[in-house]
Order: sequence, then C-alpha cells, then structure tokens
Amino acid sequence: MQLKRITLLVAASALALTACTGNTPQSQGGDQGGGAKVANDEPGDKVVIGFSAPAADHGWMAAITDAAKKEAGKYSDVELRVVEGTNDVNLQISQVETFINDKVDAIVLLPFDGAALTPVALKAMKAGITVINVDRQFDSPFAARSTVLGDNYGMGVSAGTYVCERLKDKPNAVVAEIAGIDSLPLTQDRSKGFAEALSGCGLKVGNRVAAEFTVESGERAAANLLQAAPKIDALWNHDDDQGVGVTAAIKNSGRSEFFMVGGAGSANVMREIKADNGPHKATVIYPSTQGADGIRLARLAVQNKSLGDLVEVEIPRQVQLYAPVVTKDNVDRYLPTAFES
Amino acid sequence: MSEDTAAVPAQQVKSAPAKKESGISALLGSPAGRNTGLVVALVLLCLGGVVTAGDRFADVDNVLTILRLAAVIGVVSVGMTFVITGGGIDLSVGAIVALSSVWATTLATQGIANDSHWIVMVFTALLVGGACGLVNGALIAYGRVVAFIATLASLAAARGLAEIISNRKTQIVNVPGFTAFFDASVLGVPVLVVIFALVAAGGWVLLNRTTFGRRTFAVGGNPEAARLAGIDVRRHTVMLYTLLGLCCGLAAVMLIARTTTGSATHGGLYELDAIAAVVIGGTLLSGGRGTIAGTVFGVLIFTTLSNVFTLNNLSISAQAVAKGAIIVVAVLLQQRLARRSGA
Repeated sequence: MQLKRITLLVAASALALTACTGNTPQSQGGDQGGGAKVANDEPGDKVVIGFSAPAADHGWMAAITDAAKKEAGKYSDVELRVVEGTNDVNLQISQVETFINDKVDAIVLLPFDGAALTPVALKAMKAGITVINVDRQFDSPFAARSTVLGDNYGMGVSAGTYVCERLKDKPNAVVAEIAGIDSLPLTQDRSKGFAEALSGCGLKVGNRVAAEFTVESGERAAANLLQAAPKIDALWNHDDDQGVGVTAAIKNSGRSEFFMVGGAGSANVMREIKADNGPHKATVIYPSTQGADGIRLARLAVQNKSLGDLVEVEIPRQVQLYAPVVTKDNVDRYLPTAFES
Repeated sequence: MSEDTAAVPAQQVKSAPAKKESGISALLGSPAGRNTGLVVALVLLCLGGVVTAGDRFADVDNVLTILRLAAVIGVVSVGMTFVITGGGIDLSVGAIVALSSVWATTLATQGIANDSHWIVMVFTALLVGGACGLVNGALIAYGRVVAFIATLASLAAARGLAEIISNRKTQIVNVPGFTAFFDASVLGVPVLVVIFALVAAGGWVLLNRTTFGRRTFAVGGNPEAARLAGIDVRRHTVMLYTLLGLCCGLAAVMLIARTTTGSATHGGLYELDAIAAVVIGGTLLSGGRGTIAGTVFGVLIFTTLSNVFTLNNLSISAQAVAKGAIIVVAVLLQQRLARRSGA
C-alpha cells in the first residue's frame, strides 16, 4: 500500500516536472511566492502547523508572518496556529512548549536566537513533531527535519560583485557599509561575503557602521557614517527596512556623489530602483517568503509527499534560497514577491 | 502615595484592628485581602483559559509550561520586591541577567567547569550578579546617586560589557552536567520551578520573619526615622541591591539552562516585567510596603495571560494592551487602598 502510494507520488512529481519545464518565467511571477501549481497541492490529510517568529518590528519580519499566513490560507488541509512574535527567548520557548503540549503535527520556527531555541526544538522533534527551521539556524542537526535558509554570505557576495562591476575603473574608490545587528551571525556572514567579493577587485570596506534593522537606527548610523566619510563612492546597506532611515539621512545631508545598494529587497526600494529617483541603484534579495516555504515544506513532510520538481521521495534536509541582484533591468521580475517595509 | 510613608509600624498590625467601614473594603485593605483580589484575578484568568481553550489549558503539561516561563522572571521579581519595598528601584536587572549569563558561559568559564564541576558556572553567575548589585547599591547609598539614574547607567554599562565579553555572539553551553541537572525534574516538577518556589519561600521568610525584613520596611517607609531608630540605612540599601543582583545571577543560570546559551540579548526588558509584577502584587512603588506572595501572583497573572493568549492564537499586541490595563487597574486600586489606610 505504502509502496503504491510512493509510486503514485513519484509519477505525480514527474508530471509536475514536465509541466514546469513548459513554464515561462513570466507566468510564474503573477502570484505571491511564484511556485507553480503541482499535484502536491491536492488536499491530503489535515496538517496542524504551529508558527512562531520574532517580533514583527521591521517590515521584513512582518512580511515573513504575513506570507506564511497567506500560504497556509491557500491550503484547505492546513490549520495554521500563529503565535505572535516575541524577542524574548524565554517566551518563545514557552510558545513552542505550548505547541508540543497541543500535539501539533509540525512547527515552523524562525527563532529569535537559533542556539537558544535549539533545546526546545529538540524536545519537539523527540515528541514526533516535524520541525522546520527558518532563517536562523539551530546549532544541532537533530533539532529540525528541514531548514529553509536565505543566503547571507551570498548577499554579501552579490552586493560586493555588483559594486566591483560599477567601480572597476576606480582603484581608490571608497566603499562604505551599514550593517544590521552586529551580534547576529547573519550580519557577520553578510559582511564576510561583501569583503571577500570586494577584495576580488582590489577594493575594501573603508567605513563600516552597524544599525539594528529599524528605521530609526538606520538614520542614526547613516548620519554618523556620512559625518565620518567626507567622500564615498559606493554604499551597501544590509537591510532595506533600516534603509528607509539611511535614505532619509542621505537626503538630509544633500550628498549624491555615491550610489547605494540595498539588502533584503523591499518593495519601496525596488520602486525607487525602477523609477531611478533616489540613491538606490540596486538591492540584493533576502527572501521574505522563507516562512511561507517553511509552511509548504512542513505540509509536504507531514503528508509524506516529495518536493515537486525533485526525484528524491523525501523533502530535502536544507533549502537555501538565492540572493540575486535587483537592478533597473530586472526589477519587474522581483517586485511581485517583494515585501512592504 | 506619600501619605503612606508613615505606615511602617502599622504594617505589622494593620490586619488586626478591623476598621469598620464597609466589610468588603476592610477585607480588601488587609494584606490577606489584597492577595484575595489577586487570587480572584488569577482564577478569572484561568477560567478564561478553560473556557476558551478547554483541555489544552487545564493540562499538567500546560501548567508546567506556564510555571517554567514564570520561573526566570519570578526570581528577578522576588528580588525586585525587596528593593522596591526598601524605597528603591532597579532598572538594570535585565542587563545584569545578560551580563551574568555571558560571563558564566565564556569558553574560559566553561573550560574550568568541565575540568572541575559545573557548579563553577553557577557561582560565576551569582558572583557577577551580586557584584553588579553591590556596585548599584554603593552608588546609590554612598555615592548619593538617585536610584533611577544609577541603575539606568548600569543598564547601559552592563549590557555593553556583556556585548564586549561575548563579542556579540551567542555562547553555546557545552557542559553536560550543568544541562542535565537543570533539565531534570523533582517528583514531576521541573528543577527551574523548584528553584523559583524555594526563592519565593525564602524571600517570604526573609521579608516577613527576620530583622532584615523589618528593617527593609522601615528603610522604605521612612529612611530618616529608620536612621534615628539606629538602622544603618546606607548599609542596608547596599544589601538590598546586592540581594537583587544575586537573584539576577540566579535567573541568568536558569535562563542559561533553559536556552543552553549565554547572550548579551538575554533578559530584554526584564526590568519592566519585574516592576510590573511587583506593582500589581501590591508592593508600593514609594516603598514601605511589600508582599512576596503578591509578587508571585503578579508574575503568575502575567505569564498565565500570555499563555491564554498563545493558546487562543491572539496577538501579542493585544496582550500588551491587556497587560497595560491590568497594571493601571492594579495601581488605581492600590492608591485608593493607600488613601483609606492612611486616613
């Protein structure tokens, strides 16, 4: 019986594969999240999914929860329980404990601090609950069935490579960087990727400051940076939410000698890139649809389905999303999945 | 609220002379009565939980979840009760928790712990917390810095120091004995909850049954009178803040056990949670009157509220509004009672 079911699933995946190859990229861009309709979307057993993420104190984080809710709403067989975000690890742990007590089928967890939520995630896995880890990684491989990640290091590389392309004729160019919360490994990865990509063309980061992903902190950090660096050629700002503040500070200073690259990929930055009416000439994407992908993976894992376009019958251990550079030329492709900050 | 400053000796006898106003207000005015109010509030919350979430709320595992959540902030709140009763305030508790958690989990500390015994980490956290409290107390008592300002400075400094020591990274604990001990249960009750219970019981005895406790009421109620009565007010103030610092160190140990990490981001806004719990518990912010039982109920009310909201899929934002409303109602009630007993 089980074998028959799997055979059916493989056949279904194969069908989906052929269906997908026939798709043009344009036809995917219409709806939030892109992914094409496949046989996997057929309703299956009921899946109760618990969802917990940090406080929605910036647009990207708010978009994570919104996209997850929206995705769950598309499936009649998914019941999503969302506990609202908190930055207190103690409280987030108790939220996950509540999910365990409730015996949910799966937990999609974007931890405030991956290491701090690892023990409770292990507990959930031991209780037989499928845990999908999103964005900030646990420190034990046993704590999650599958992990959805953005590419922080890749963001830095993408941004650095783009800066290199534009400044290749200026060997003494001044490159500045406004990082996010410095204590997070993701910030360290972004900066590492950026520095390494820059060193490929003989540039380095001249001025670096850190903000906290919020508009207010971005304004403060940028104002300090602009004071410290009288002349800049390129500026990479890790995060488009704090970028609202950064842009405000740049406008206040009246400076326009440099171009700016954003991070994460908010809708307002993309609109600015499209209209070409501000300091942003590009941004690198850190998908805000990771939570939504986590919901999909959780549903597939609990229903024993495979991931549409792959041959493998189990869902992958880890899915890492790409960090493309968005410029005026390709902005239309990414705008539909961008988040509002 | 200042009318209540003379209530020091009255505190001990207040429950005895039954002021014959209306029966209910007299009952509410007595210490036992104030706790009755809190018990009623907690029972109402629990009823709300049972009605809206049924078996999911009234479940042993769920109750333990609430208690584990309450334990960490509960220990801090018990310490905070002493400082507020003694007429002070401490805004730096969250930062002290963070600093203690970081210091107790550095590679060096963990190395020593692995070579000798995991208890080293506990002592380190207690030592760091106690030292921070000592500095706060000394600044306030001998440096004559207003408590609000002195601890505001500590808030910034301690968290900054925690960031420097941890290099803003999360430090993962790799000391098997430590995690094994704190993960265990005693007769089905998690160790963290047992610690909270012991701290609360110890705090109650210390505040209500010892000279130290009586001095705390005296210092908080009227420092000048306490000084004239022969109490070394400054030394006592230092002791109160050190006690709170020790509680923060212990809370850090509990948080390390719960998260298996030390981090400069731990304990965010604990000062507000602790002060809120103490105030709705019936301890006067102006000092001179304090109750450990009330504080424990205060903590339980807030954590149960959070649990009921979680079970019902309600937003944290709405929860924050409810929390604010509870604080305002509690304080308004308190002021009425204070005015009545002061008259």
